Amino acid sequence: MSGWRAADGGPVIPNFGHGTACLRNNHWFCPSWVREHWSDILQPALLQHIYLLLISVSIGFAISFALALVAFRFRWLGPTFGALGDFLYCLPSIALFTILLPITGITVTTIVIPLIAYTLFVIYPNILAGLRGVPPEVLESARGMGLTRRQTFWRVELPLAVPAIMAGLRVATVSTIAIATIAAFVIHYGLGAPIFDALEQPDFRTELVAGGALAILLALGADALLALLQRALTPWSRIR
Amino acid sequence: MILASLFIDALRYIPDHASLLLEKAAETAELAFTALGIALVVAVPLGLWLGHRHRGLTFALGTSSIGRALPTIAVIGVFIAWLGVGFWNVTTALVILAIPPLLTNAYFAVDGVDRDAVEAARGMGLRERQILARVELPLGLPLLLAGIRIAAVFVIATATIAGIAGMERGGLGQIIADPVTYTFPGVLAAAFCVAAIALLTALVLALAQHAASRRMAPRA
Repeated sequence: MSGWRAADGGPVIPNFGHGTACLRNNHWFCPSWVREHWSDILQPALLQHIYLLLISVSIGFAISFALALVAFRFRWLGPTFGALGDFLYCLPSIALFTILLPITGITVTTIVIPLIAYTLFVIYPNILAGLRGVPPEVLESARGMGLTRRQTFWRVELPLAVPAIMAGLRVATVSTIAIATIAAFVIHYGLGAPIFDALEQPDFRTELVAGGALAILLALGADALLALLQRALTPWSRIR
Repeated sequence: MILASLFIDALRYIPDHASLLLEKAAETAELAFTALGIALVVAVPLGLWLGHRHRGLTFALGTSSIGRALPTIAVIGVFIAWLGVGFWNVTTALVILAIPPLLTNAYFAVDGVDRDAVEAARGMGLRERQILARVELPLGLPLLLAGIRIAAVFVIATATIAGIAGMERGGLGQIIADPVTYTFPGVLAAAFCVAAIALLTALVLALAQHAASRRMAPRA
């Protein structure tokens, strides 16, 4: 690994731990190292990653929801927002992290702003598609039942959009976990930190595999939780 | 304020360093399109065939969610063991990145084709391969092209990871990962070049998708 790092928090002495045969031969996965460094390397990184995830996805969801409401109300804004999102998604994440560095400094904000931007691209179109996908005959019967515009939105349109919204939320969550590992190139934080440390000394396999595996497990776990949440939010879809 | 001046400096950087940016853009494009080509050859036939048999839905969806969760930098790290840091390592990681969206879209493109049309083709005595090639593929083409577009944008933007992996001739990613040498406006300018490659590719594929769906639309 070569390259420039703003915050080099990596250890100077390679953290191989005690020299078991497994570590000396740099095997793919040494459980002893993972046990030994769970509390000082892996667990903090995992918790930092979860923190990044929660902030980015919740703020991203709130902004997406507001944008989708505006675009739902004023239809002509939809394509404008969509085009902006497409452009943003084409910018590489590393560039966004690097550009923000002189502005927001070596802080969590620098990592979180690009992550939020990427969640918008996924969540916003899904909310809008979900709201617009409600069949006209359903809206017609809601009006027939005497619901006001506001009641129709909260009781009919929004609940029916839940599956599409949740689909967007799941994709955004999983991709945010993956993109956030890249951020550690610029700021030593989250599960990317052990991955980049492992690559720097040079290619310490156990730490690399442990960091990567934790990121994948976190993504699959978060995805499963959201799938359960979706089931809980749409009880009608189970009655068939 | 800082952002505005950075933006202007980046726009000035592009004409001033045109030859550097072009050279690096070519390297990035070579990486991205090689990976995309390999991924197309691997994933599309498999996805089409699984979709034709209406089988392997869990496989298609499973690879797609695991694929999305894979941290690309860790994948590159794992392949260092066999490939070192270089063109083929980054390409392999990008291929792995591109396969999931291609596989799922190829699957759903064929899986979602009107069953009556397939039955009619079967009744006319077409063989399975002919049904796939002459009925399902043309009808599913718009969705397949949409998948290729998503994968292409994804791969082009991620190809910059070659820069942090420390690859020689690593393309625009080298500029993006090294603001000390290339300055912050340089980083932003390189990012714009990446976005331009991605948007151009997406535009071409969107036009193809538009043409495909118009050709397949029922005539009045």
